[in-house]
Parts: sequence; structure tokens; C-alpha cells
Amino acid sequence: MIRSEVLKSIIPIITDKLVVCNIGLPSQELHLMDDQPSNFYMLGTMGLSSSIGLGLALAQKDKVIAIDGDGSVLTNFGTLPTIANNVADNFILLIIDNGSYGSTGDQPTYAGLRTSLTAVAEACGCENVVECRAEDTATVLQQALDSNQMTIIVCKCESGNIPVPVIDMDPVVIKHRFMQEVQARNNG
Amino acid sequence: MSVNKKIVADLIENGVEFVTTVPCKQLAGVIDEIDRSDSIYHIPSNKEDEGMGLCAGASMGGKRSAIIMQNTAIGVTINTLVTLIQYYHIALPMLISYRGELGEPVACQTEMAVHTKALLAQLNIPTYHFHAAGDVDELDAILKYCFMSKKPVAILTDASFWKGA
Repeated sequence: MIRSEVLKSIIPIITDKLVVCNIGLPSQELHLMDDQPSNFYMLGTMGLSSSIGLGLALAQKDKVIAIDGDGSVLTNFGTLPTIANNVADNFILLIIDNGSYGSTGDQPTYAGLRTSLTAVAEACGCENVVECRAEDTATVLQQALDSNQMTIIVCKCESGNIPVPVIDMDPVVIKHRFMQEVQARNNG
Repeated sequence: MSVNKKIVADLIENGVEFVTTVPCKQLAGVIDEIDRSDSIYHIPSNKEDEGMGLCAGASMGGKRSAIIMQNTAIGVTINTLVTLIQYYHIALPMLISYRGELGEPVACQTEMAVHTKALLAQLNIPTYHFHAAGDVDELDAILKYCFMSKKPVAILTDASFWKGA
């Protein structure tokens, strides 16, 4: 399975959740397959999906899933100790690890070579780190949501992309409708 | 009231509940004061662009946020300031220690000091420079302006300011 197939498989689970989605193809694929006000699409700023997701989870009660990539986590490695030391049990970090920089032409990342993001997350002090096969992502994600514990999921999948259009929504529109959704959930 | 207490009191008065920091010697006192506050969640970050991501998330979650960092961080965060904070119209007060100014003992600090204001000006970031201890009296109005305008705002605090504090 490639990333777009993983995303497709988890849409029934994430469609009504607050989702912070990584820059580039992951956001474009999610936008194409299941655009929702509860999705925050990153249009720039590689590496910060996990940081935005953690900040959001710490600031309000609803569950937050940050969808990240191996390349992005490598870019912002400092995020893992911060996550480990600021536990938010409404936060799930889903790292879709295809061992490549998918949005830029599938150049290999070190996560696809000798570096294990699962081992790094554990070494940083993250308590619930689950590595899974792409086919099992939906099951593992549902278990993580049911556990009510902060969880880092490292989904190992194949490299590859589908053609998708860029997102032409304005950033302030993405933010505004997302914040209205966050507010409604916390007031409800 | 000490300057450190005044800064934290103004943050609280303006509804700031989430503060991320990357330390600097000049900022040690204000970071201690943040830690002592029950109404602020203090989350140290490992790099300033990570911290801005945390602030953006908390801000979208309904909590006003701020970052405390050194001016060297301007070099680290330009892409994040432009493509996240400015692009999505996120309010972000940045309390910045302005190293490399008069009284600086470390020569290397002057290298970023000479670029700091030029970079902030290039980014169209409203910038205030606290030089005398009394300049802190403007902080309340700066914070109100920041949250009204939904922009990043830089408050440069130099060695003379902290010496007089």
C-alpha cells in the first residue's frame, strides 16, 4: 500500500476527528478524498504537523490526529522529546513512513534506510509507540483512539504517489472554518 | 513590580495561556516567572520553529500563545513566520532577547544583531525595541495590538533594558 491507500483506509475513522495534515501530497490527497472543516491543511512549513497537532491537543479537549511523514519528522526531530514530555492523551501522531520524500520526487529518507523512527520515538521517552504494517493502520488507529492515551503510530508503507490537484483554498479560510469546528466541539 | 513580573502580568492580563520558550541568559528571569505562573502552560521547545508550530496549534485551539526566544532565532524561523504565522493570520507575540547590542560580551552575537531589525523589517513584522527599563510600560498596548491585528509582533529587549530592570 502507498500513502494515498493508507489515507483512504483510515478515512472512515478520521472523517469526524480533528486532523492536522502534513504539507504537500498528504494534505492534497486528504483534501481530494474527504475535505472536512475538521481538517487543517498545511500549505507550507515542512515539519510542523506534529507540533501544531500537539499545541492544539494541549489547548482544548477534543481528540487530535496529526498526520505526518517520515521526512517531516526527520526535519523536526526536536518534536519527539517535546511530545514525550508534554503528554496529551487526546493526541495521536500518525507517521506515514514510506521511507521517502514523496512530495519532492520520492528521494529516499534515512527512515527508509538505517534509522527507525519507532526506536527514536521510544528513545525520546514516548510511551505508547506502535509500529504497524500499512494494512493494519486503521485497526491500530482505532485502538489508539479507544485507549484514550497519547500514541505515536509509525505506519510502514510503500513509496509512491497518485496525481492530485493542489489545494486552492485560502489559508485563512482553512484556519477559520477549522477554528469554528474546534470551538463548536469544545462548547458542545 | 520587577520587569519579569510585569511582563508575565501583562501576558496574563491579555489572556495568554500558552507560552513556549527557547532560553537565553537574558531571559532566564522571565522564564522562571513563567514557570511560577499557574495560569500559563509553559512548554519549552527545542527549536524556535517547532515552538511556533506549537503556538499555532494552541492558538487554533482557542488559547492565546506567545514565544520567548533569542534574536538568533530570526534566522531559524523565517520560513515558519512567513508560511505559517503570517500566511494563516496567526497572532504571535515574540519576546526576543536582543543579543549583540551595547554591553554584549560575546563577539559572535553581534553578527545576528546587525541583521535582526533589517530581517524583521523585510518581513513586515511590527517591531518594538525595549532599551530603557520604562519601555516595558508599552508591552500591554503591544500585546493588544498583536491580538487585534492577528500578526506576529517582535519585542526586542536589549542588554541595557535588562540591566536597568
